[in-house]
Amino acid sequence: MSTQFYNEMYDAAGTLRPHYQAFAEWLAAMPPERLARKQVEADTAFHRVGITFAVYGEEAGTERLIPFDIIPRIIPAAEWTALQAGLWQRVKALNAFLNDIYHEQEILRAGRIPAEQVLNNAQFRSEMMGVDVPSGIYAHIAGVDIVRAGAGESYVLEDNLRVPSGVSYMIEDRKMMMRLFPELFSRHMIAPVQHYPDMLLENLRTVAPKGVTNPTVVLLTPGAYNSAYFEHTFLAQQMGIELVEGRDLFVKDETVFMRTTQGPQRVDVIYRRLDDDFLDPLVFNKESMLGVPGLLSAYRAGHVTLANAIGAGVADDKSIYPYVPEMIRFYLGEEPTLNNVPTWMLRKPDDLKYVLAHLSELVVKEVHGAGGYGMLVGPASTAAEIEDFRTRIIAAPEKYIAQPTLALSNCPTFVESGIAPRHLDLRPFVLSGKQIGMVPGGLTRVALREGSLVVNSSQGGGTKDTWVLEN
Amino acid sequence: MLSRTADHLYWMARYTERAENLARLLDVSYQMSLVPQSVAAQNENWRAILALNSLEAAFAEVYDEVNVDNVLRFMVADPANPSSIYTCLRAARENAHAVRGTLTAEMWESVNATWIELRQQTFEQIHSRGVSEFFDWVKLRSAVIRGVTFGTMLKDDSLHFIRLGGLLERGDNTARILDMQYHILRNGDEGASDFYRWGALLRSVSAFQVYRKVYRDAITPGRVAELLILRMDMPRSLHACADGIVHMLQLIANGASAETERQAGVLHARLHFARIDDVLTSGLHEYLTDFMDRIYDLGDGISRDFLVPA
Repeated sequence: MSTQFYNEMYDAAGTLRPHYQAFAEWLAAMPPERLARKQVEADTAFHRVGITFAVYGEEAGTERLIPFDIIPRIIPAAEWTALQAGLWQRVKALNAFLNDIYHEQEILRAGRIPAEQVLNNAQFRSEMMGVDVPSGIYAHIAGVDIVRAGAGESYVLEDNLRVPSGVSYMIEDRKMMMRLFPELFSRHMIAPVQHYPDMLLENLRTVAPKGVTNPTVVLLTPGAYNSAYFEHTFLAQQMGIELVEGRDLFVKDETVFMRTTQGPQRVDVIYRRLDDDFLDPLVFNKESMLGVPGLLSAYRAGHVTLANAIGAGVADDKSIYPYVPEMIRFYLGEEPTLNNVPTWMLRKPDDLKYVLAHLSELVVKEVHGAGGYGMLVGPASTAAEIEDFRTRIIAAPEKYIAQPTLALSNCPTFVESGIAPRHLDLRPFVLSGKQIGMVPGGLTRVALREGSLVVNSSQGGGTKDTWVLEN
Repeated sequence: MLSRTADHLYWMARYTERAENLARLLDVSYQMSLVPQSVAAQNENWRAILALNSLEAAFAEVYDEVNVDNVLRFMVADPANPSSIYTCLRAARENAHAVRGTLTAEMWESVNATWIELRQQTFEQIHSRGVSEFFDWVKLRSAVIRGVTFGTMLKDDSLHFIRLGGLLERGDNTARILDMQYHILRNGDEGASDFYRWGALLRSVSAFQVYRKVYRDAITPGRVAELLILRMDMPRSLHACADGIVHMLQLIANGASAETERQAGVLHARLHFARIDDVLTSGLHEYLTDFMDRIYDLGDGISRDFLVPA
C-alpha cells in the first residue's frame, strides 16, 4: 500500500479501516474469477441498457460507456454527517450570494469581494438584476466536487451550480451493485439513494411560481446528441415528467406552453439541462436553435421557474471560488467547515509570478473551463506541455487560476492487473427549494489510469458505487 | 402527450413496419425469381420493385445494371438508399432513441438490439447465408418489437400513436405489394407457374394458410384481391388497417382532428361496403392508387393535427 496518499480502505500502517471490515472479509472470500465474471456482467448490462455518454471531439455521435468499478467507496456515518453539514452550509451561502448580487449587492458594497470580479464576470447576467425568484433559490441542484487529500481532510474542488450531471450514474451504480452482489447489502446498513428523483421532483414543485398549486414540471434537454442525454431521459422517466426540447415549448403572453397532442399545455417549472447562453435566442446566443424565444420575458414576469436559475454560474466560476469561505462568514456568520483549496489568481501579479516559477508542481485551470478540458497537471506533464501552457498563461493570465497538486485519496479498484489503488473524488448533489436536502452519498469518480489525478469521464474516468453507512 | 414524442413514436412504428414489409416484398420477389423464366422477365420484376419506391434514379447513380444481386444489395443494406431495410431500421432506432424515456426498457432494448445486430452484418454475409434467412430475421425482429410493445406498454396515447403509425404503414405497404404483384401476374404467361406466384404473394403477407382456410378452393386472382383488400378478419388487409386507423383516431381525437377523422371514416366505409367484383371491374390498380393517396392524405392530416402542430 502506498503511504504517500490517503487510502480510503487502509490506514497509513496498512491496517484495515473499521468501516471496510465487513467488505474486506467478503472480498477475501471471493474467488478472483468470480469477481472478474461479475465485472464482465456489469459491463454487458450497462451496454445493453445503453447507459452511455457522448464524447465531444470524437467522431460525431460516438457513445461510450462510463466504466463501472465493482469495489464500492464506503463512507462511515459520522464522516457523512459532518460532510453533509458542510455542504448545506456552503450551498446556503452560495444561494444567499446569488440572491444578493442580483439585488442589493451588499457583499460588494461591504468590500468582501472585489465588485469587478463579479460584475465583469461573463457568467454574471445583468438581465437578472432585481428579478425575484421563488424562495430566493438560484442553485436548486448543486453538484459539489469533494476530494480528500493529505491526511484525509476534505476539500471542495468546485461548486457546480449550472447543469451538474452524473446523478443517474449514482443511481444506476447502486442498482448494479444490488444486482451483482445482493449479499453485500444484507451485511451492511447502506443508506438508500434511489429515491433521489422523488426528492428532486418534490423540490422542483416547491419552487413553482406563486399561485400555482399543481405545477407542471418538465425537463428541458438540448437533445439526443448531448453528452448527458441518457441522464436527461433517465431523470424525466423516473420523475414521470415530460422530456422537452426547445422546439416543444413556446411563449405566449409571457407564459410558457408545450405543444401536446391535445393542444398547448402550460408549463410552470423547467428543470433545464441547457446552458444560459442557449436558453433564449432573443436575449442570449442569437444562433441557438435549442432554446425558447421569449423564455426570459416569461421568467422575469415570474410565470415560470427555471432550475437552476439564469445567472447561477457566476457563483461557481473559478475566479469567484476563492471567495466562498468569505460568503459563508458574511451571510451565515459561521466559519466554513469544508476547506477550500488554496488558489492563486493569476490576474494578480504576485500570484502569476509565483505560479510561473512553479508550473511543474501545480495544477492550472481555465477560469471558465469544465470537464477536465483545458487544464495542466504540472507533475504529470512533459516539459513541452508546460512550456505550451506557460505561453497561454502569459497571453491572458486573467483566464487562469492555479492550485497545489492535491494528493488525492485513493481506493482499491478492479483493474486489468488485479486490484490496485486509484485516485477518486466525490460529487454529492444538494437540493435546495423551500428546504434543503440530499440523499446520502453521491457519485464517486475514479481515475482508472495508474497515477492519474483526472477523474472526468471525458478523460477516461470511471465510477464506483458510494455507500454511506448507517449507524 | 408531447407532440414531438408522439411524432417519434409514430415514425418509429412506421419505419419498423416498413422494414418488415420490405422484407416481405423482397422475399416474395426473390421466391418468384426462382420460377423458371427469361432473364429479361426476371430483371423486369426487379425493376418494378425500384419503380414501386420511385428509386430508379437513385439506383442508377450507383449501379450499372438492374439484376437480382444489385437490387437486393441496394434494397437490403445500402445506407445511401432512403428506403432500404438498413435505412428503415436505423430510422426506427433513431426515433426510439429520441424518446427512449417514453418506451419501456424492453422496448428500447429490442429496437436497439435489432439495429446493433443489423449493423454488424455486411451484405456479403447476409448473401452467403441466404437472403431468405435474413428476411425471416427482419420479420422476426419486427414481431418481437410488436410483441414487446403490446406486452409491456401502458395503453395510453403513446401506444395509440405507435399503433396508428403501424396501421397506416401496413395499409399502404399491403396495397403496394398487391398492386405490383398483381400487375406482374396479369402481364405474365398464363400457366401452371401462376399457381406458385400467387402462392408466393400470399405467403409474403402470411396469408397462404389463411386463404386455404377461408376459401378451401383454388387460388384465383379475384379471391386473393378480396382477401387482401376486403376481408376484415385478415390482419394485413386494407379493410382491417382502415378499421384500426378509425379506432385509433377516436382514441386520440382533439379539437382539431374532426376532418381527419371524417376522412378516415370515408376510407373505412369505402372498404366496408365494397364488393370485389366492382373493384376489379373498375380497375384494381386505380382502386389501390386511390387507397394509397387517401392514406397519404391521412398521414398529412395526422401530422398537422397532432404531431407537428403550427
